[in-house]
Amino acid sequence: MSTVTFKVFRGDQNGGELQDYTVEVQEGMVVLDVIHKIQAEQAPDLAVRWNCKAGKCGSCGAEVNGKPTLMCMTRLDTIDTSKPVTVRPMKTFPVIRDLATDVKWNYEANKKIKPFAPAPNTNWVMFQEDVDRVQEFRKCIECFLCQNTCHVLREHGEKTGFIGPRLLVRTASLEMHPLDVENRLDMLKNEGGIGYCNITKCCTEVCPEHIHITDNAIIPLKERVVDEYYDPVLRFFRRLFGSKKRPELSQAADD
Amino acid sequence: MESYKTYDYDVLVIGAGGAGLRAAIAAIEKGARVGVVTKSLLGKAHTVMAEGGMAAAMGNVRQEDNWKVHFRDTLKGGGMLNNWKMVQNYTKEAPDRVRELEQWGAVFDRTPDGRINQRNFGGHSYPRLAHVGDRTGLELIRTLQDHAVKVGINAHMETTIYRLLTDAGRVVGALGFNRQTGEFLVFRAKAVVLATGGLGRIYQITSNSWECTGDGFSLASMVGADLIDMEFIQFHPTGMVWPPSVMGILVTEGVRGEGGVLKNSEGKRFMFDNVPERYKGEFAETEEEAERWLQGDRNARRPPELLTRDVVARAIRKEVNEGRGSPHGGAFLDIASRRPADYIKKKLPSMYHQFMKLGNLDITKEPMEVGPTCHYVMGGVRVDPDTQATNVPGLFAAGEVAGGLHGANRLGGNSLSDLVVFGRRAGMAAAEYAAQQSGSYQVDEAQVRAYITEALQPFSNPQGENPFALMKELRTTMQKNAGIMREEGELKTQLEILESLKKRAWNTSVSGGRAYNPGWHTALDIRLMVEISQAVVLAALARKESRGGHARLDYPDPDPTFAKLNHIIRRSSDGTLSVVAEPLPEMPEELRKVAEAKDLKEISEKVGA
Repeated sequence: MSTVTFKVFRGDQNGGELQDYTVEVQEGMVVLDVIHKIQAEQAPDLAVRWNCKAGKCGSCGAEVNGKPTLMCMTRLDTIDTSKPVTVRPMKTFPVIRDLATDVKWNYEANKKIKPFAPAPNTNWVMFQEDVDRVQEFRKCIECFLCQNTCHVLREHGEKTGFIGPRLLVRTASLEMHPLDVENRLDMLKNEGGIGYCNITKCCTEVCPEHIHITDNAIIPLKERVVDEYYDPVLRFFRRLFGSKKRPELSQAADD
Repeated sequence: MESYKTYDYDVLVIGAGGAGLRAAIAAIEKGARVGVVTKSLLGKAHTVMAEGGMAAAMGNVRQEDNWKVHFRDTLKGGGMLNNWKMVQNYTKEAPDRVRELEQWGAVFDRTPDGRINQRNFGGHSYPRLAHVGDRTGLELIRTLQDHAVKVGINAHMETTIYRLLTDAGRVVGALGFNRQTGEFLVFRAKAVVLATGGLGRIYQITSNSWECTGDGFSLASMVGADLIDMEFIQFHPTGMVWPPSVMGILVTEGVRGEGGVLKNSEGKRFMFDNVPERYKGEFAETEEEAERWLQGDRNARRPPELLTRDVVARAIRKEVNEGRGSPHGGAFLDIASRRPADYIKKKLPSMYHQFMKLGNLDITKEPMEVGPTCHYVMGGVRVDPDTQATNVPGLFAAGEVAGGLHGANRLGGNSLSDLVVFGRRAGMAAAEYAAQQSGSYQVDEAQVRAYITEALQPFSNPQGENPFALMKELRTTMQKNAGIMREEGELKTQLEILESLKKRAWNTSVSGGRAYNPGWHTALDIRLMVEISQAVVLAALARKESRGGHARLDYPDPDPTFAKLNHIIRRSSDGTLSVVAEPLPEMPEELRKVAEAKDLKEISEKVGA
């Protein structure tokens, strides 16, 4: 049994400060265990959002020593505990209290995305290789760490004209669903603001589910938007033959 | 005086896991104004933790499968105490509910011919679980969440219900508070659907998230709803046992479904010696036969690791008690030597991740250490098998909080499909009930005021106890005295402890403000948790036999008398709980033959899937 010191943010939307807590720890403990121990023994009103404590629900995102992470999946032996460990709430969202932030913006922005829409009389046959990519996106546990990290949201606070990596991943999961026929490219270009993303891949780095957010979701979506709106040759043919959802399908039709 | 906001709905759904969301969707589709209350954010409910899959006799992998085989497996696994009508409704409708999810955007793993794939699980005669790797619960909840948003769900996130409100014996709404602000909310509703999930948090070692504090059972019981069979608690055989801080976290049964085997410290596959009488002849008798099954030989019987959860959990407990456990008091679960690393990572990605991150262990190289963890309660609020209505007008229940479907033991995979089958039924029935009510229902202002006063009491009680310490005491004593193996002395001791905890639960102290205050939330949770713990212990004392999820050291065998009885846990007007034994509902002869079929061919080939 050894002790560690935690500096935990205590406060609300009006501000706050880091407060020191010294805690006895055991082998195998994660950051969330320490927070719970502080709660049970020293600060019963210390606010923290969590549910499963198993990395499946995505509730306990915070910034541990400045790094956005799920507290339940961050073992103490993976961070330097010889110095005090700092735990702050996610910066991009307004603080409710202490480590709990108000993430409802994500639920509101989500409504910009048109829901799943299969073709009428779909026969519901899909092959595994055709759904692998979509399944990667559907692993998302909505921890919003990618939203928290994204410069557009974090530094520039662009929350009206941009939906952020999480919701771009959700859009990708619908756009690349083999049986979906909805078109979301206009949303991506306009209120989705996909052009704001300058592919620095910070979102991918913090994803606890290891989704290749930038490479597999955002870049292919950017390409579709470019094909749809900015490719002069395709635009010409589209005027002749009408637009289709998938640029590659229109191309095939042109051939 | 304390102010509160009022909301008016036709149907109030409490809980936004699989059952709550499905109920909300069904009620909205019936034209009801629906409000959904959830203690967490949308999409975070305990459903999200379900791993292995959802059982439905679709026959995509083995066309011999059909609802009758699923019916028989479910009753057999449940020690025949299940409500047969619920099981019939459930097994018949489950395939449609799975297909419906696909049509709402769920992307299940596929068979080679492009249909929904199905995997093997304990107690299921055929591969039956539609799944997405080992994150099926996430797929289910996200699909329902997206569809609920599409149909226009009205969600009150991070809101706790403190009490149901009644008028002249019927439920007319609920009093709750917003956890973020501490503000009180009154929901006036013509019908209320409880979809509050389970009670795993009354035990120390559990796979359940913090939300599973058993609210719904207590809320229902406090307004006079009957509970049924609360003694049946499922201890899942495979929870993590090391390191201590992750003890109890679930290791999916899918590991065994994919070929994982259980071994003791001597390297022996002990499940071969633990096949109960009723399952004799249905499981492989040698490692060689089990091996052939894994290779796909349809003449080979399934390995005994795929026995039902109650059987496997007790077998592990026995190995540990007799000194053949793993270093940290569990058994070894080995998939590494059975399947290639790539296959394991593809089929069990979150297990790989979970052990790597939390246990510093590579499951593609080394065996896991596992032991029983409180996972599920088979008992619950007693409901009508068709409408999910309780005996209190205006109150419905669906999902884990409802009892009856699973009898004495639930088969793995039968929970996720339970949620959508009965969530839908409850939502429809609640909307229909609400439509029949005239507008004259009243919320009693004085009742609301009294509840608010008692809920705020811990703030003005500086000498009271620490609610976290009280919670810990409840959980450790329940684990010790009413856990996986029970006996009369310990259960009686626990009843006394609960009597005292019940008083102390009303004498807690909290500091700080009302906004997002976990100390306060815990102080209120514990009041409900002691109530439901008492129901569990009373029912456990009354059942003097061992069956399914209820194991008595002093009555180690099933008893034919109890085989015919359900336990009803009823609250009298002075608030005391009593247990009443009732005979099982009579099963029609034709279904009895199905349930008791020895040879699957009798029921597999007669009807198509």
